[in-house]
Amino acid sequence: MHRTKVKVVEEALDANNTIAQANRADFDRADVKVINFMSAPGAGKTTLLERVVADLPGVRVGVLEGDVQGSMDADRLASLHVPVTQLNTDPSFGGECHLDANMVRSAVPELPLDDIDLLIIENVGNLVCPAEFKVGEDMRVMVTSVTEGEEKPLKYPLMFRACELVLINKIDLLPHIDFDVERLLYNIDQVHPDVETILVSARTGEGIDSWREWLLRLAAREGAVAAG
Amino acid sequence: MHELSLSSAVVNTAVKHAGGRRVEVVNLRIGKLRQVVPDTLEFYFAFVAGDTVCEGAKLNYEIIDARLRCNPCAKEWGIEIPAFRCPHCGGSDVEVASGNEFEVESLEVGPPEEALQGRPAGDLEAPADDPEIEEAECIAPR
Repeated sequence: MHRTKVKVVEEALDANNTIAQANRADFDRADVKVINFMSAPGAGKTTLLERVVADLPGVRVGVLEGDVQGSMDADRLASLHVPVTQLNTDPSFGGECHLDANMVRSAVPELPLDDIDLLIIENVGNLVCPAEFKVGEDMRVMVTSVTEGEEKPLKYPLMFRACELVLINKIDLLPHIDFDVERLLYNIDQVHPDVETILVSARTGEGIDSWREWLLRLAAREGAVAAG
Repeated sequence: MHELSLSSAVVNTAVKHAGGRRVEVVNLRIGKLRQVVPDTLEFYFAFVAGDTVCEGAKLNYEIIDARLRCNPCAKEWGIEIPAFRCPHCGGSDVEVASGNEFEVESLEVGPPEEALQGRPAGDLEAPADDPEIEEAECIAPR
Protein backbone atom coordinates (compact mmCIF):
# COMPACT_ATOMS: atom_id res chain seq x y z
CA MET A 1 0.00 0.00 0.00
CA HIS A 2 1.57 3.26 -1.12
CA ARG A 3 1.14 6.70 0.24
CA THR A 4 0.55 9.79 -1.82
CA LYS A 5 1.60 13.20 -0.63
CA VAL A 6 -1.06 15.89 -0.89
CA LYS A 7 0.16 19.46 -0.72
CA VAL A 8 -2.28 21.52 1.35
CA VAL A 9 -0.65 24.69 2.76
CA GLU A 10 -3.77 25.99 4.45
CA GLU A 11 -4.13 27.86 7.70
CA ALA A 12 -6.00 25.35 9.86
CA LEU A 13 -8.33 28.07 11.14
CA ASP A 14 -9.34 29.20 7.63
CA ALA A 15 -12.73 27.56 8.03
CA ASN A 16 -13.38 29.62 11.15
CA ASN A 17 -12.19 32.79 9.44
CA THR A 18 -14.51 32.18 6.48
CA ILE A 19 -17.52 31.86 8.79
CA ALA A 20 -16.35 34.95 10.69
CA GLN A 21 -16.40 36.86 7.40
CA ALA A 22 -19.98 35.72 6.78
CA ASN A 23 -20.96 36.98 10.25
CA ARG A 24 -19.16 40.20 9.53
CA ALA A 25 -21.04 40.66 6.26
CA ASP A 26 -24.36 40.25 8.09
CA PHE A 27 -23.32 42.80 10.72
CA ASP A 28 -22.11 45.25 8.08
CA ARG A 29 -25.35 44.92 6.14
CA ALA A 30 -27.30 45.83 9.26
CA ASP A 31 -24.81 48.65 9.95
CA VAL A 32 -23.98 47.22 13.37
CA LYS A 33 -20.51 47.65 14.86
CA VAL A 34 -19.31 44.60 16.76
CA ILE A 35 -16.92 44.19 19.67
CA ASN A 36 -15.41 40.89 20.80
CA PHE A 37 -14.99 41.44 24.55
CA MET A 38 -12.49 39.14 26.24
CA SER A 39 -10.66 38.60 29.53
CA ALA A 40 -9.70 36.03 32.14
CA PRO A 41 -12.57 34.83 34.35
CA GLY A 42 -13.44 37.41 36.98
CA ALA A 43 -11.64 40.39 35.45
CA GLY A 44 -14.89 42.36 35.42
CA LYS A 45 -16.25 42.15 31.87
CA THR A 46 -19.91 42.02 32.84
CA THR A 47 -19.60 44.80 35.43
CA LEU A 48 -17.79 47.01 32.91
CA LEU A 49 -20.67 46.45 30.51
CA GLU A 50 -23.28 47.14 33.19
CA ARG A 51 -21.57 50.48 33.71
CA VAL A 52 -22.01 51.66 30.13
CA VAL A 53 -24.56 49.76 28.02
CA ALA A 54 -27.60 51.67 29.21
CA ASP A 55 -25.84 55.02 29.04
CA LEU A 56 -24.58 55.49 25.47
CA PRO A 57 -26.60 58.43 24.09
CA GLY A 58 -27.88 57.75 20.58
CA VAL A 59 -26.37 54.26 20.44
CA ARG A 60 -28.61 51.23 20.78
CA VAL A 61 -26.60 48.39 22.28
CA GLY A 62 -27.19 44.65 22.17
CA VAL A 63 -25.19 42.02 23.99
CA LEU A 64 -24.41 38.47 22.96
CA GLU A 65 -23.44 36.72 26.15
CA GLY A 66 -21.17 33.71 25.83
CA ASP A 67 -20.89 31.43 28.82
CA VAL A 68 -20.05 27.81 29.34
CA GLN A 69 -23.04 27.49 31.65
CA GLY A 70 -26.04 29.42 32.91
CA SER A 71 -27.44 32.88 32.26
CA MET A 72 -26.30 34.81 35.35
CA ASP A 73 -24.42 37.44 33.35
CA ALA A 74 -27.17 37.72 30.74
CA ASP A 75 -29.77 38.26 33.48
CA ARG A 76 -27.68 41.06 35.02
CA LEU A 77 -27.46 42.87 31.70
CA ALA A 78 -31.09 42.23 30.73
CA SER A 79 -32.16 43.98 33.94
CA LEU A 80 -30.74 47.16 32.36
CA HIS A 81 -33.31 46.83 29.54
CA VAL A 82 -30.71 46.01 26.92
CA PRO A 83 -31.43 43.18 24.48
CA VAL A 84 -29.31 40.23 25.56
CA THR A 85 -28.94 36.98 23.66
CA GLN A 86 -27.51 34.06 25.59
CA LEU A 87 -25.13 31.65 23.93
CA ASN A 88 -24.08 28.70 26.06
CA THR A 89 -21.13 26.82 24.68
CA ASP A 90 -22.31 23.54 26.12
CA PRO A 91 -25.74 22.17 26.97
CA SER A 92 -24.33 19.84 29.65
CA PHE A 93 -20.99 20.04 31.47
CA GLY A 94 -17.52 20.91 30.24
CA GLY A 95 -18.34 23.10 27.25
CA GLU A 96 -16.09 25.02 24.92
CA CYS A 97 -13.78 27.53 26.54
CA HIS A 98 -14.32 30.21 23.89
CA LEU A 99 -16.76 31.38 21.25
CA ASP A 100 -15.92 30.59 17.65
CA ALA A 101 -17.39 31.99 14.45
CA ASN A 102 -19.76 29.06 14.00
CA MET A 103 -21.28 29.43 17.47
CA VAL A 104 -21.86 33.14 16.82
CA ARG A 105 -23.27 32.23 13.38
CA SER A 106 -25.87 30.04 15.08
CA ALA A 107 -26.95 33.01 17.21
CA VAL A 108 -27.17 35.54 14.36
CA PRO A 109 -30.85 34.81 13.53
CA GLU A 110 -31.76 35.56 17.14
CA LEU A 111 -29.93 38.88 17.28
CA PRO A 112 -32.06 42.03 16.95
CA LEU A 113 -29.68 43.48 14.34
CA ASP A 114 -32.24 45.93 12.95
CA ASP A 115 -32.77 47.47 16.38
CA ILE A 116 -29.18 47.96 17.51
CA ASP A 117 -26.12 49.97 16.43
CA LEU A 118 -23.51 48.24 18.55
CA LEU A 119 -23.24 44.55 19.42
CA ILE A 120 -20.95 43.54 22.25
CA ILE A 121 -20.06 39.87 22.25
CA GLU A 122 -18.97 38.93 25.74
CA ASN A 123 -16.67 35.98 25.24
CA VAL A 124 -16.07 33.12 27.67
CA GLY A 125 -13.61 34.12 30.40
CA ASN A 126 -10.25 32.77 29.21
CA LEU A 127 -6.96 34.42 28.20
CA VAL A 128 -5.90 31.79 25.67
CA CYS A 129 -8.46 30.33 23.28
CA PRO A 130 -10.70 33.35 22.48
CA ALA A 131 -7.65 35.12 21.02
CA GLU A 132 -7.43 32.45 18.29
CA PHE A 133 -10.97 32.63 17.00
CA LYS A 134 -12.36 35.60 15.14
CA VAL A 135 -16.14 35.75 15.32
CA GLY A 136 -16.87 38.57 12.87
CA GLU A 137 -16.01 41.55 15.07
CA ASP A 138 -14.82 45.05 14.14
CA MET A 139 -12.76 45.45 17.28
CA ARG A 140 -11.38 43.26 20.02
CA VAL A 141 -11.30 44.64 23.54
CA MET A 142 -9.76 42.86 26.49
CA VAL A 143 -9.91 43.47 30.22
CA THR A 144 -7.02 42.77 32.55
CA SER A 145 -7.30 43.56 36.23
CA VAL A 146 -4.70 44.70 38.71
CA THR A 147 -5.21 41.56 40.79
CA GLU A 148 -3.91 39.43 37.92
CA GLY A 149 -0.24 40.45 38.04
CA GLU A 150 2.02 42.66 35.94
CA GLU A 151 3.49 39.80 33.89
CA LYS A 152 0.25 38.67 32.25
CA PRO A 153 1.05 40.30 28.87
CA LEU A 154 4.29 38.31 28.70
CA LYS A 155 2.48 35.08 29.57
CA TYR A 156 -0.48 35.60 27.23
CA PRO A 157 0.97 37.60 24.32
CA LEU A 158 -1.51 36.11 21.87
CA MET A 159 -4.42 37.74 23.69
CA PHE A 160 -2.69 41.06 24.37
CA ARG A 161 -1.67 41.26 20.71
CA ALA A 162 -5.11 40.33 19.41
CA CYS A 163 -6.93 43.34 20.86
CA GLU A 164 -7.24 46.99 19.90
CA LEU A 165 -8.01 48.21 23.43
CA VAL A 166 -6.89 47.00 26.87
CA LEU A 167 -9.02 48.01 29.84
CA ILE A 168 -7.08 47.81 33.12
CA ASN A 169 -9.75 47.23 35.74
CA LYS A 170 -10.02 47.28 39.56
CA ILE A 171 -7.66 50.25 39.98
CA ASP A 172 -9.57 51.15 43.16
CA LEU A 173 -7.67 48.23 44.75
CA LEU A 174 -4.24 49.71 44.02
CA PRO A 175 -3.73 51.22 47.51
CA HIS A 176 -4.27 47.78 49.04
CA ILE A 177 -2.09 45.55 46.86
CA ASP A 178 1.50 45.33 45.66
CA PHE A 179 0.94 46.08 42.03
CA ASP A 180 3.10 48.19 39.75
CA VAL A 181 0.85 49.77 37.10
CA GLU A 182 3.83 51.25 35.25
CA ARG A 183 5.34 47.78 34.97
CA LEU A 184 2.08 46.41 33.55
CA LEU A 185 1.89 49.27 31.04
CA TYR A 186 5.51 48.66 30.05
CA ASN A 187 4.84 44.94 29.53
CA ILE A 188 1.72 45.66 27.49
CA ASP A 189 3.74 48.05 25.34
CA GLN A 190 6.47 45.43 24.84
CA VAL A 191 3.96 42.84 23.64
CA HIS A 192 1.68 45.20 21.70
CA PRO A 193 3.42 48.54 21.09
CA ASP A 194 1.09 51.55 21.04
CA VAL A 195 -2.09 49.59 21.83
CA GLU A 196 -4.66 51.82 23.49
CA THR A 197 -5.13 51.34 27.26
CA ILE A 198 -7.65 52.78 29.73
CA LEU A 199 -7.36 52.54 33.52
CA VAL A 200 -10.79 51.91 35.04
CA SER A 201 -12.59 50.89 38.17
CA ALA A 202 -15.97 49.34 37.49
CA ARG A 203 -16.62 49.69 41.23
CA THR A 204 -15.96 53.41 41.73
CA GLY A 205 -16.62 54.52 38.17
CA GLU A 206 -13.15 55.98 37.68
CA GLY A 207 -12.18 55.90 34.01
CA ILE A 208 -15.63 54.73 32.94
CA ASP A 209 -16.19 57.98 31.00
CA SER A 210 -13.17 57.19 28.83
CA TRP A 211 -14.48 53.67 28.19
CA ARG A 212 -17.89 55.09 27.28
CA GLU A 213 -16.32 57.65 24.93
CA TRP A 214 -14.28 54.94 23.24
CA LEU A 215 -17.50 53.01 22.55
CA LEU A 216 -19.28 56.14 21.27
CA ARG A 217 -16.38 56.88 18.91
CA LEU A 218 -16.50 53.32 17.54
CA ALA A 219 -20.27 53.44 17.07
CA ALA A 220 -19.96 56.79 15.25
CA ARG A 221 -17.43 55.53 12.71
CA GLU A 222 -18.79 55.33 9.18
CA GLY A 223 -18.79 52.02 7.37
CA ALA A 224 -16.87 48.90 8.25
CA VAL A 225 -13.96 49.06 10.68
CA ALA A 226 -11.22 46.58 9.92
CA ALA A 227 -10.03 44.52 12.88
CA GLY A 228 -6.34 43.69 12.68
CA MET B 1 -5.78 24.43 26.41
CA HIS B 2 -6.68 25.79 22.97
CA GLU B 3 -5.06 22.64 21.56
CA LEU B 4 -8.40 20.82 21.57
CA SER B 5 -9.99 23.40 19.29
CA LEU B 6 -6.85 23.62 17.19
CA SER B 7 -6.71 19.85 16.73
CA SER B 8 -10.32 19.90 15.55
CA ALA B 9 -9.36 22.54 13.00
CA VAL B 10 -6.47 20.35 11.83
CA VAL B 11 -8.72 17.29 11.43
CA ASN B 12 -11.35 19.29 9.54
CA THR B 13 -8.74 20.73 7.19
CA ALA B 14 -7.20 17.30 6.61
CA VAL B 15 -10.57 15.64 5.98
CA LYS B 16 -11.44 18.36 3.47
CA HIS B 17 -8.27 17.73 1.46
CA ALA B 18 -8.10 13.95 1.84
CA GLY B 19 -10.88 13.36 -0.67
CA GLY B 20 -12.09 10.29 1.18
CA ARG B 21 -8.66 8.67 1.31
CA ARG B 22 -7.23 7.43 4.56
CA VAL B 23 -4.82 9.95 6.05
CA GLU B 24 -1.59 8.36 7.27
CA VAL B 25 0.38 11.49 8.14
CA VAL B 26 -0.50 15.14 8.70
CA ASN B 27 2.39 17.58 8.35
CA LEU B 28 1.91 20.84 10.24
CA ARG B 29 3.82 24.10 10.41
CA ILE B 30 3.46 25.75 13.80
CA GLY B 31 4.77 29.22 14.51
CA LYS B 32 6.24 29.79 17.97
CA LEU B 33 3.95 32.76 18.52
CA ARG B 34 0.88 30.52 18.44
CA GLN B 35 1.64 29.19 21.91
CA VAL B 36 0.84 25.63 20.90
CA VAL B 37 2.03 22.76 23.10
CA PRO B 38 2.82 20.01 20.56
CA ASP B 39 2.38 17.09 22.99
CA THR B 40 -1.02 18.36 23.99
CA LEU B 41 -1.95 18.91 20.35
CA GLU B 42 -0.97 15.33 19.50
CA PHE B 43 -2.97 14.00 22.42
CA TYR B 44 -6.14 15.82 21.37
CA PHE B 45 -5.54 15.08 17.70
CA ALA B 46 -5.58 11.33 18.35
CA PHE B 47 -8.86 11.81 20.18
CA VAL B 48 -10.56 14.14 17.67
CA ALA B 49 -9.36 12.11 14.65
CA GLY B 50 -11.34 9.07 15.80
CA ASP B 51 -14.12 8.02 13.38
CA THR B 52 -12.67 10.16 10.58
CA VAL B 53 -10.29 9.32 7.73
CA CYS B 54 -7.57 10.72 10.04
CA GLU B 55 -8.07 8.03 12.65
CA GLY B 56 -4.66 6.72 13.72
CA ALA B 57 -2.79 9.26 11.57
CA LYS B 58 0.60 10.49 12.67
CA LEU B 59 1.00 14.18 13.37
CA ASN B 60 4.32 15.66 12.28
CA TYR B 61 5.14 19.27 12.92
CA GLU B 62 7.79 21.78 12.05
CA ILE B 63 8.23 24.61 14.56
CA ILE B 64 8.74 27.99 12.90
CA ASP B 65 10.85 30.55 14.73
CA ALA B 66 9.40 33.96 15.47
CA ARG B 67 10.96 36.71 13.35
CA LEU B 68 9.99 40.36 13.22
CA ARG B 69 10.59 43.04 10.61
CA CYS B 70 10.73 46.79 11.26
CA ASN B 71 9.32 48.66 8.28
CA PRO B 72 11.19 51.99 8.74
CA CYS B 73 14.53 50.25 9.55
CA ALA B 74 14.02 47.47 6.97
CA LYS B 75 15.70 45.15 9.50
CA GLU B 76 14.65 41.66 10.48
CA TRP B 77 15.44 39.80 13.71
CA GLY B 78 14.39 36.75 15.71
CA ILE B 79 12.75 36.90 19.13
CA GLU B 80 12.68 34.43 22.00
CA ILE B 81 10.54 36.57 24.30
CA PRO B 82 7.41 38.53 23.37
CA ALA B 83 9.05 41.93 22.81
CA PHE B 84 7.60 43.51 19.69
CA ARG B 85 9.24 46.93 19.60
CA CYS B 86 12.11 47.43 17.19
CA PRO B 87 15.39 47.15 19.14
CA HIS B 88 17.05 49.49 16.61
CA CYS B 89 14.68 52.47 16.46
CA GLY B 90 12.28 51.67 19.33
CA GLY B 91 9.38 52.03 16.91
CA SER B 92 6.15 50.07 16.73
CA ASP B 93 5.82 49.76 12.95
CA VAL B 94 6.90 46.16 13.24
CA GLU B 95 5.39 43.16 11.53
CA VAL B 96 5.63 39.47 12.18
CA ALA B 97 7.74 37.97 9.37
CA SER B 98 7.28 34.43 10.65
CA GLY B 99 6.04 32.63 13.73
CA ASN B 100 2.29 33.12 13.33
CA GLU B 101 1.77 29.99 11.24
CA PHE B 102 -0.68 27.29 12.16
CA GLU B 103 -0.85 25.54 8.87
CA VAL B 104 -1.56 22.11 7.45
CA GLU B 105 1.40 21.89 5.07
CA SER B 106 0.62 18.51 3.52
CA LEU B 107 -0.97 15.12 4.01
CA GLU B 108 0.25 11.66 3.23
CA VAL B 109 -2.73 9.60 2.19
CA GLY B 110 -3.45 6.00 1.28
CA PRO B 111 -5.30 4.85 -1.84
CA PRO B 112 -8.84 6.04 -2.56
CA GLU B 113 -11.49 4.53 -0.37
CA GLU B 114 -12.94 2.51 -3.28
CA ALA B 115 -9.67 0.58 -3.48
CA LEU B 116 -9.95 -0.22 0.20
CA GLN B 117 -13.48 -1.47 -0.06
CA GLY B 118 -13.78 -5.19 -0.42
CA ARG B 119 -10.59 -5.77 1.49
CA PRO B 120 -10.80 -7.27 4.93
CA ALA B 121 -11.09 -4.56 7.53
CA GLY B 122 -7.80 -5.64 9.08
CA ASP B 123 -6.00 -4.49 5.96
CA LEU B 124 -7.06 -0.90 6.49
CA GLU B 125 -4.67 -0.43 9.34
CA ALA B 126 -1.21 -1.15 7.99
CA PRO B 127 1.35 -1.48 10.77
CA ALA B 128 3.69 1.47 11.09
CA ASP B 129 6.73 -0.68 10.37
CA ASP B 130 5.30 -2.02 7.12
CA PRO B 131 8.33 -1.97 4.78
CA GLU B 132 6.19 -0.88 1.84
CA ILE B 133 5.17 2.24 3.75
CA GLU B 134 8.76 2.80 4.82
CA GLU B 135 9.81 3.05 1.18
CA ALA B 136 7.12 5.58 0.44
CA GLU B 137 8.36 5.86 -3.12
CA CYS B 138 5.46 7.82 -4.46
CA ILE B 139 5.80 10.63 -1.96
CA ALA B 140 6.56 13.72 -3.99
CA PRO B 141 9.74 15.51 -2.99
CA ARG B 142 9.28 18.83 -1.19
